[in-house]
Amino acid sequence: MANDSIIDIQAVNHYYGSGRLRKQILFEVTTSIEPGEVVIMTGPSGSGKTTLLTLIGALRSTQEGSMRVLGQELLNAPERELVELRRNIGYIFQAHNLLNSLSARQNVQMSIELHSDIPKVRSREMAESMLSAVGLGEWVNQYPSELSGGQKQRVAIARALVCNPKIVLADEPTAALDKKSGRDVVEIMQNLAKKQGAAILLVTHDNRILDIADRIINMEDGRLTSLEVSPA
Amino acid sequence: MFSIPLAWLQLKREKVRLLVALAGIGFAVILMFLQLGFQDALFESAITLHRNIEGDIFLISPQSTSLIAMKSFPERRLYQSLGFAGVKSISPIYIGFGIWKNPFWQGPPAPQTRSILVIGTNPGDDIFAVPGVPENRSKIRLTDVVLFDSASRLEFGPVSEKFKALSPSDPAIRTEVESRRIEIGGLFRLGASFGADGNLITSDLNFQRIFPSRDPSLIDVGVIKLEPGANLEATLERFKNLPGERRVDPNKKPEETKEDFIVGDVRVMSKAAFVAFEQNYWKDSTAIGFIFTLGAAIGFVVGTVIVYQILYTDVADHLAEYATLKAMGYKNRYLLSVVFQEALILSVMGYIPGYILCVGLYNLTRNATSLPLAMTLSRGILVLCLTILMCVISGAIAVRKVQQADPADIF
Repeated sequence: MANDSIIDIQAVNHYYGSGRLRKQILFEVTTSIEPGEVVIMTGPSGSGKTTLLTLIGALRSTQEGSMRVLGQELLNAPERELVELRRNIGYIFQAHNLLNSLSARQNVQMSIELHSDIPKVRSREMAESMLSAVGLGEWVNQYPSELSGGQKQRVAIARALVCNPKIVLADEPTAALDKKSGRDVVEIMQNLAKKQGAAILLVTHDNRILDIADRIINMEDGRLTSLEVSPA
Repeated sequence: MFSIPLAWLQLKREKVRLLVALAGIGFAVILMFLQLGFQDALFESAITLHRNIEGDIFLISPQSTSLIAMKSFPERRLYQSLGFAGVKSISPIYIGFGIWKNPFWQGPPAPQTRSILVIGTNPGDDIFAVPGVPENRSKIRLTDVVLFDSASRLEFGPVSEKFKALSPSDPAIRTEVESRRIEIGGLFRLGASFGADGNLITSDLNFQRIFPSRDPSLIDVGVIKLEPGANLEATLERFKNLPGERRVDPNKKPEETKEDFIVGDVRVMSKAAFVAFEQNYWKDSTAIGFIFTLGAAIGFVVGTVIVYQILYTDVADHLAEYATLKAMGYKNRYLLSVVFQEALILSVMGYIPGYILCVGLYNLTRNATSLPLAMTLSRGILVLCLTILMCVISGAIAVRKVQQADPADIF
């Protein structure tokens, strides 16, 4: 079963600092995520959720243990391979992190341009249809400063999903949003990811959205403490 | 990868900052243009007289260093060269500085006297291609009559205005040079240079009258005109037969020594070498070249600092966005290219208004100072290259900041 997993984590330890200040953040983390699965990770702040997310997303180098993402071992992988891998993962951040000098469409296109085989006209069409899918068909030429918080987060979702990534990593995407727009954003994300068959790993504190998960895992003090099947 | 011109869009987003950046770069461009332009203009002004003497070969003393420091040599050498094949005519020139008394002096505190360059030449020889000289050449045949340079500095008095206002019945303007009474017979237009604030042209005989202590058989410049069709190089070769040992400057290239060599007590030069001789004096043995090069270098440094500040602030403001791009899978190289593109765009956009303003400033300065100042293609290209270099250097310093963008920090 382990070979089919899209993310397979075995006994990963992670440390920050060095010498006497060296502090262990993750302890023997072991889990796996299947294709198409929606997993929510909860836990108090400082428990190491974000660290695990950055390790999976190849934004940090794995220090100990085995971290296989999309079939590729990240332990001791060279920087070049990490950069390549990142292109196949969609990221959604707590802050939207859109490029302020680009329009909504251009922001989404920045993600498409990483795949250099796609011609410019096609790239525009893809970006526009993706923005329509997140309900921003009327807003493609607006700049981030002209959009509301929920709209910006939806642009970020469009950017993350436009290239059909196999994995979507989201870190508290609803933190800065009110209840209604937070709910909308998560549902859009879930629907699109399901359609594309992408796995979602979502870190959140937000109890209102737990019901979208196939599975909820809980991180506490650097250990995955519980593994429960969601009620819905 | 560049179908979205991110560099340009980033710059365009902050319009005020872009304008400030362009003003700063434009300022640096203007500073470089002005310093280099003034330098060229001053060097150019030093050789105005040299260019306007109509001759093919020039003889001077080997001990002369520039027009303001001429050592005389025997006129006999000039007559000897008349015997070489290809030589058509010869003309001696006497050069000396005399004390000019301002005929329209208005009393202290301004001084009444000032040193003026006096050029003596045979009135029958047509060697000055300066406006005013050919028409008035015959007037200096008269005793103690001189021609006055209307572009001399104002300190010599309003001679040219008064002269133009004279009616035929009025008495001529008289004054003293070296305590010799002289009369202004006409005007010509040459212009002040580094060494000489004003110029007078007169006959060789009048020159002797003004400077009675000078030996008439010693001249300062010998001008030689060649027969039409005569080969310059072959004729120069014949000058090696003048009496004395032939010597060349060991620092000069062999092809340069063909046009600039010393035989006995004279230095033989082509016109190009004669012009270069004067220019090199001002370039190499005075502080002028250094000062203006330093000024241009300061412009360069100021521009570099301005562009660096702008690029650094721009990168710092966009650091989170750049980290996001890295998280999406963009390589460092892409972000570096964005910063360098911004640097290039800034340099070209800053150069254009700087260039246009400078053409205007050159005109302004030319009218105010009568220095020969104009935009040249080579200087335009030089400053453009310097501007691009300036922006690339700033970009190279600013990109270090981009490498700090850590995609792990943005979660």
